Amino acid sequence: MQFQRVIALINKEMKKTVREPAVLFMIFLFPIVFVFAFGSAFGGGGGNQPIYSVGIVNTDQGNSVNASQIFITALSNTRILSPQIYANNQTAQNDLSQGRIQAVMIIPRDFSKSFASYKTEPNEPDRWINSTVTLYLDKGSLVATQAIPPIIQQVLTAIIGVPQQAPSTPFRLETASLVEVKAPSAFDFIAPGMFTFASIFLIMMVSQSFAQDRENGMMKRIRITPTTSTEFIVSQALSYMVIALIQAAVVFIMIYLMGFRPAVGIPVYLFAFVLMLLFSLSNVGFGLITATIARSSGAATGLSFLFVLPQLFLGTFVGASLSSSAQIAGRFVPSYYITDALTSLFLRGAAITSPTVLLDLATVSVSCIAILAIGIILYAKYFKI
Amino acid sequence: MTGSAILIENLVKNFEDVTAVDDISLRVAKGELFGLLGPNGAGKTTIINILCGLTKPTSGSAGVGGYDIQKEPMKVKELIGVCIQETAVYPYLTGEENVDLFGNLHSMNKELLRTRRVMLLERMGLTTDAKRKAEKYSGGMKRRLSLILALIHDPLIAFLDEPTVAMDPQSRHAVWDFIKELKKEGKTIVLTTHYMEEAEELCDRVGIIDHGKLIALGSPRDLISQNQVKNLEDVFIKLTGRKIREEV
Repeated sequence: MQFQRVIALINKEMKKTVREPAVLFMIFLFPIVFVFAFGSAFGGGGGNQPIYSVGIVNTDQGNSVNASQIFITALSNTRILSPQIYANNQTAQNDLSQGRIQAVMIIPRDFSKSFASYKTEPNEPDRWINSTVTLYLDKGSLVATQAIPPIIQQVLTAIIGVPQQAPSTPFRLETASLVEVKAPSAFDFIAPGMFTFASIFLIMMVSQSFAQDRENGMMKRIRITPTTSTEFIVSQALSYMVIALIQAAVVFIMIYLMGFRPAVGIPVYLFAFVLMLLFSLSNVGFGLITATIARSSGAATGLSFLFVLPQLFLGTFVGASLSSSAQIAGRFVPSYYITDALTSLFLRGAAITSPTVLLDLATVSVSCIAILAIGIILYAKYFKI
Repeated sequence: MTGSAILIENLVKNFEDVTAVDDISLRVAKGELFGLLGPNGAGKTTIINILCGLTKPTSGSAGVGGYDIQKEPMKVKELIGVCIQETAVYPYLTGEENVDLFGNLHSMNKELLRTRRVMLLERMGLTTDAKRKAEKYSGGMKRRLSLILALIHDPLIAFLDEPTVAMDPQSRHAVWDFIKELKKEGKTIVLTTHYMEEAEELCDRVGIIDHGKLIALGSPRDLISQNQVKNLEDVFIKLTGRKIREEV
């Protein structure tokens, strides 16, 4: 293998990356726009929490203690929920259906009685007057459905003045979810998957690049020179590893600016970049497979989504919101293991040498090299110039 | 194969049910400028593709520079320079960068590459545009750059596949002059064209191909006199009953 040829081809690929607007967008601008858009949507950027508007229909008839007012004030004090008072359920439901508010809460007529019964006999559940707070959620908002119920549940527990771990209260919240509200914003949870998300689009770039070079005769021209297939593929793989590295750095800078500050050392960051380099190999492999199948660069773009979409939906932060069966399917895509390893390192505080991270690394290494090998074999055998 | 730059024996290439090259045998001497003539689709480019290792023949054999194209394709690639029919240059690289890339792919040393790059850009009239991106070039300029990419490493044997197609007359004559100079330097040149006047002007010998078959072989003058016609165009008409450019 002659390094002069490999370096010349890498140099060419880098110039293409910098000079072709479409390529430049996919590598640099896309991650910036994407991280900014998702970061803003999920509460990144200076750590600001999203504020959810909750419509309140108060039917509480009260008694000596106006518990519903205490409840509403406490909701307001969370600074996450913004209570909006409605005279009736119909008006509130109308606003909910229009997306003007994220939830409607019906405070029952015997809410204050229920509150008073608990205060009188806190250790006698049999003597409590139980009541149900009904909650209607904006089903168009994944975040609202997951975030609002536990916050309300916590407020209910707090106003009644019992410890968090108390066995029960007279209040029952319908539609309450098991999602635990943690101190970090939603953005922190999706940040590790963003590294993977941006890099997946290398598949499209590789397949387009090969298909375009075939269309305009450059592949033919290079094959006429003494350049071997090994030199060519090595140059392409190295080029895209460099691009993946730059892309990971861009994503990292963006998510850092948006407020993602995991408490990990430099070795963990370096390890994350190693993972991204490995992942780029599988993307080159998938790109080669796509270019081999596709007859034109347009077809390559379309076909690349056969590999892009499963990796996006099953292996990045999107996967965490999917069904359990979809999450099992995610184990068959390399991006899943990259996201899992990055999540373990950045969010769970796992060490690089922890079994989970090492297992992810081993799986990623084997699968990515295998995919690249399959790509090279198919390219060498079936790629027509 | 002594004395021959190219030797083709009973070469056949089938694409599914189409025979693109049909039992062709011919020899091109070292230093000869040989023309492969014929209409589009006659099989000229397929022969070139076989000779430079891009396409495997169905049967028969071919050697370039004394090397069997199937057994020693890398040796062949070190000897040849190919100007392919497509105007293939990297649009996002400058003319100079395109030339340097292909010089490096041929493992040229830096100094020699620089010297030849300057010389070839000058001879092809591209010096003033050398630092512009190739995407800004006109069609004729791209064709001339394509020719430089094929010849930057000073190959012993050059395959020029329709090098002047779609060129303006001025550019075409500049390329003709350049090809004549290559011949003077002792290079073996195989030129495919469907411009008969180009073949008459440049070639020592021509082979006329039609439907994959070699239907005539000889010097332009001999073929014209043997067929008692005025030019090579008429030779083609006499042999096939068709005009060569009707199918273009």
